[in-house]
Amino acid sequence: MTQLQRNLVAFRTILVKEIRRFMRIWIQTILPPVITTALYFIIFGHLIGSRIGPVDGTAYMDYIVPGVILMAIINNSYANVVSSFYGSKFQRFVEELLIAPISNSVILLGYVGGGVARGMTVGLVVAVVASFFTDMAVHNWLVMLGVSVLTAVLFSLAGFINAVYAKSFDDISIIPTFVLTPLTYLGGIFYSISMLPDFWQTVSLANPILYMVNAFRFGMLGVSDIDVTTAVAIIGLFIAVLFTFCMYLLKKGIGLKS
Amino acid sequence: MSTNALEISGLEKTYPNGFTALKGVDLTVQEGDFFALLGPNGAGKSTTIGIITSLVNKSGGTVRVFGADIDRDPMTARGHIGLVPQEFNFNMFEPTLEVVLNQAGYYGIGAREARARAEVYLRKLGLWDKREVMARNLSGGMKRRLMIARALVHEPRLLILDEPTAGVDIELRRSMWSFLCEVNARGTTIILTTHYLEEAENLCRNIAIIDQGEIIEHTSMRALLNKLNRETMVLDLKQPLATPPEIEGYPIQLLDPHTLEVEVWREQGLNALFGALSSQGIEVVSMRNKANRLEELFLAMVAENGEEA
Repeated sequence: MTQLQRNLVAFRTILVKEIRRFMRIWIQTILPPVITTALYFIIFGHLIGSRIGPVDGTAYMDYIVPGVILMAIINNSYANVVSSFYGSKFQRFVEELLIAPISNSVILLGYVGGGVARGMTVGLVVAVVASFFTDMAVHNWLVMLGVSVLTAVLFSLAGFINAVYAKSFDDISIIPTFVLTPLTYLGGIFYSISMLPDFWQTVSLANPILYMVNAFRFGMLGVSDIDVTTAVAIIGLFIAVLFTFCMYLLKKGIGLKS
Repeated sequence: MSTNALEISGLEKTYPNGFTALKGVDLTVQEGDFFALLGPNGAGKSTTIGIITSLVNKSGGTVRVFGADIDRDPMTARGHIGLVPQEFNFNMFEPTLEVVLNQAGYYGIGAREARARAEVYLRKLGLWDKREVMARNLSGGMKRRLMIARALVHEPRLLILDEPTAGVDIELRRSMWSFLCEVNARGTTIILTTHYLEEAENLCRNIAIIDQGEIIEHTSMRALLNKLNRETMVLDLKQPLATPPEIEGYPIQLLDPHTLEVEVWREQGLNALFGALSSQGIEVVSMRNKANRLEELFLAMVAENGEEA
């Protein structure tokens, strides 16, 4: 058996293990986003949205659907990797991987694969929930699927970094609470940045989530505040930087080896 | 010509807090050996094992596992090793079978083969009936056995056991000893660290003692035990005594009216002692070593090393 074949088996093992993990605890992983997003659609989309009127020529309910789906993908891909990898450190079964003849990239890709799987699963479930409130449309399948997968990859990598540095369960909730949630809400999920004063429009451009939400919205509705090519390039750049950093952490054994 | 399962040369480890755990350790373990690595707490045993298994970054030196350098050819080196660590380190929220199957997958073993091997080792270790039970619900002894099954599923050439019987009752410990002897007889090299020195004396053919980050003894078990030139024997008496008997050359203490403690030097032998006791009308019912022979040596060597340091 070649090293490549061994790595493929190891990758599949980690991926399947990760998928089994979040499916086994579906009440904690799949159900909550369904309830939360259903509330978003009822309160913001249906009750308040009906009084807001169209945004960028689109009914408000339709306008917020892409952002809410992408928010679920972001939160869940991040949460999956950070909680699972930190859990493996906490219970020390990460040592099973560290002593095995597996390359670091396979460990990383396995966990990222698990994060993407949960992000996309929850994203799909939220889309199904959204379909009860509005007629779902897809403007460009390639952009919609491509941006959602790339976004899930990016936040899985970010979750991995958080888990590597985390020393307690508090540490895995600090970033989502104080960084991820504000950036997501200010990333144009519920509004177009054209509704903001000029100064805040410029500030908003520093928020990477804005690019993802708009590119995804373009995939679904064909409207975006940002050029889609620029948005995809920025997501790709972030992925490259975070992937390189994750590989560095694994090579040095930071947070994993003494 | 026999190969070396493990070759360690000049191994050093200084932790970021400045503590030097290993000060140039040299160690060789031959293929097929059952080898004891002993030392007091904090001597450097777990650090050495951590470096061999890639869990600890070394500060200097080289480690080869069946000729594969852990830096230059880490995948080959890791593939040869199976580790049973001191503390439970499996996912408590996975079923027993899944813990073993995942381990097989990490070593590139396909699903069908992994299942067949998992069944073999879980059956051998009496865990097959528990295969669907969540690992956290297993008893302490079962968890230890699960770690052994997990370490063997990829059929390593070198099995490292770090305190495998800690907290295990004597019956289970003895059944684990017999299982490990069987594994060793099939050709797997075993390195064992343990605080039960009786365990090391019964199982291991060669031994190294590490203390304060240095190997202070590295020899065969037989040669080491031959160094023992004084033993303390405990004699149980049929009739009670009020004072200890006086026998020239044998320091004797009366522990209680029915028990004597006698120090016996190797060259003195026991015949003369029993002869002298008989001549004073003292009848001995049974006799035992006060401490395990290896334990006496171990304590003496570590104490001596402590005085020199």
